[in-house]
Amino acid sequence: MNTALLPSLFAALAIAIWEIAVRATGVPDYLVPGPIAIVRAFVADPTGLLVSLGSTLVVTFAALLVASTLGVLMAMAMAASRLAEAAIQPWAVVLQVTPLPAIAPLIIIWVGDPFTSLVVCATVVAFFPVFANTATGLASPPPELADLFRLYGAGRLRTLVLLRLPAALPYFLTGLRISGGLALVGAVVAEFVAGSGGFASGLAYRILEAGYRLQVPRMFAALVLLSLAGVAINSGLAVLGRIILRWRGDA
Amino acid sequence: MLTISQVGRRFPGGTEALRDVSLTLARGDFLALLGPSGCGKSTLLRLIAGLDQPDSGHLRWDDGRPPAAGDIGYVFQDATLIPWASAAENVYLPLRLRGIPRDQAQADVHAALAKVGLAGFEAARPRQLSGGMRMRVSIARALVTRPAVLLMDEPFAALDEFTRNRLQLDLLGLWRDSGCMIVFVTHSIYEAAFLARRIVLMTPRPGRIDQEMQSSLAHGPETRLDPAYAALVAQITRAMEQALESAPGSP
Repeated sequence: MNTALLPSLFAALAIAIWEIAVRATGVPDYLVPGPIAIVRAFVADPTGLLVSLGSTLVVTFAALLVASTLGVLMAMAMAASRLAEAAIQPWAVVLQVTPLPAIAPLIIIWVGDPFTSLVVCATVVAFFPVFANTATGLASPPPELADLFRLYGAGRLRTLVLLRLPAALPYFLTGLRISGGLALVGAVVAEFVAGSGGFASGLAYRILEAGYRLQVPRMFAALVLLSLAGVAINSGLAVLGRIILRWRGDA
Repeated sequence: MLTISQVGRRFPGGTEALRDVSLTLARGDFLALLGPSGCGKSTLLRLIAGLDQPDSGHLRWDDGRPPAAGDIGYVFQDATLIPWASAAENVYLPLRLRGIPRDQAQADVHAALAKVGLAGFEAARPRQLSGGMRMRVSIARALVTRPAVLLMDEPFAALDEFTRNRLQLDLLGLWRDSGCMIVFVTHSIYEAAFLARRIVLMTPRPGRIDQEMQSSLAHGPETRLDPAYAALVAQITRAMEQALESAPGSP
């Protein structure tokens, strides 16, 4: 049997059992809705949910862009100088271990603009993997190869451009994939913290709103959209990475 | 061509890698640095390449200046090729680092690959090549600048015996054709006896030169069966045993 088909088959089976169980036990929709009720909740107001999803995704991708740009630049600074390494490394770790909900209120107060503060929050979460992976990749070429560059008179900059940056590419792509999923998580968490504060259209806000109104099927619909978006981001970045590496002739 | 006078090198941490090493190298020499691990042969090679500086003593080149980039070729124990670049791109690297445009370098790159028997493999990636072929690419990369000095650090140690024998013969051919000076680091008595005109015995802790032996073997495919070769191997073996016994801190 095709192994690629197996997960979808398993999912179909699980959904079927779920629907049957909900019907057989007679649990009300506002406690545990069945899959059909969730689909119905989505169909009732698809634009509202999809616009919210779009808003969350815009924040996610903006954060991913900022995080990967900053991550690569800081990793390059660290590779270029020991002083920069000593200065950046501890702060990167502090940033990574601080829980977002703990600093999100502060960021929202400081930044002011709702969209920007959401992007900043999601960036904080998405920054570390792409930064740490790129830093590892920049340091990955064997010392003999670096010696060879020195032997032929290449300076730090040429060694960076011709050796360290290309060597870091696969590491960067792995980091980007992890950061992509985290940026979505960060965006949603920030939306929860921000609540209705001005930017009221994110998916997290839809979940909160539906919760207050006991529209549990709609909560589930929003949740399913979030999961699908997360899976799409993850596999999209994985495919992108594979295409780039194949184009370069790595695989 | 190069005079090494009473050179010493001590690493941070106190290890004395070299003590009082003196050696004179002439144009066209084929010299083997022979000794067990830790006798400072690789350190001496790095000093000659200018990749490291001595703590005492000095190295003086005939024209008073250290050689320019490209005058020295270096081959490591591993092929240390750039994995994402083709064989031709890897061989082009030293010329590229010296600012020679790709189209001007192409003839030299092809000639260097042909010289090591890899004509037709220009587009191959390192992972598509066998260990012996990767080492050939590495040698082509070192030869492409037509260096006056070729430094080799146990280049065949990781290869199987048949590949090694083949490459040793080919290296002798390359040496005769190019007329460059080769300093060849090895821990194999057989290899030193087969390849070199001058065999320098080194002892460890601290690394120092025990004595030098000359070889007047014919250096051809039949050499391995030549009784004179067996006699030379025996002579070196005996000298090496004596040197290691009298050396302080011998294994």
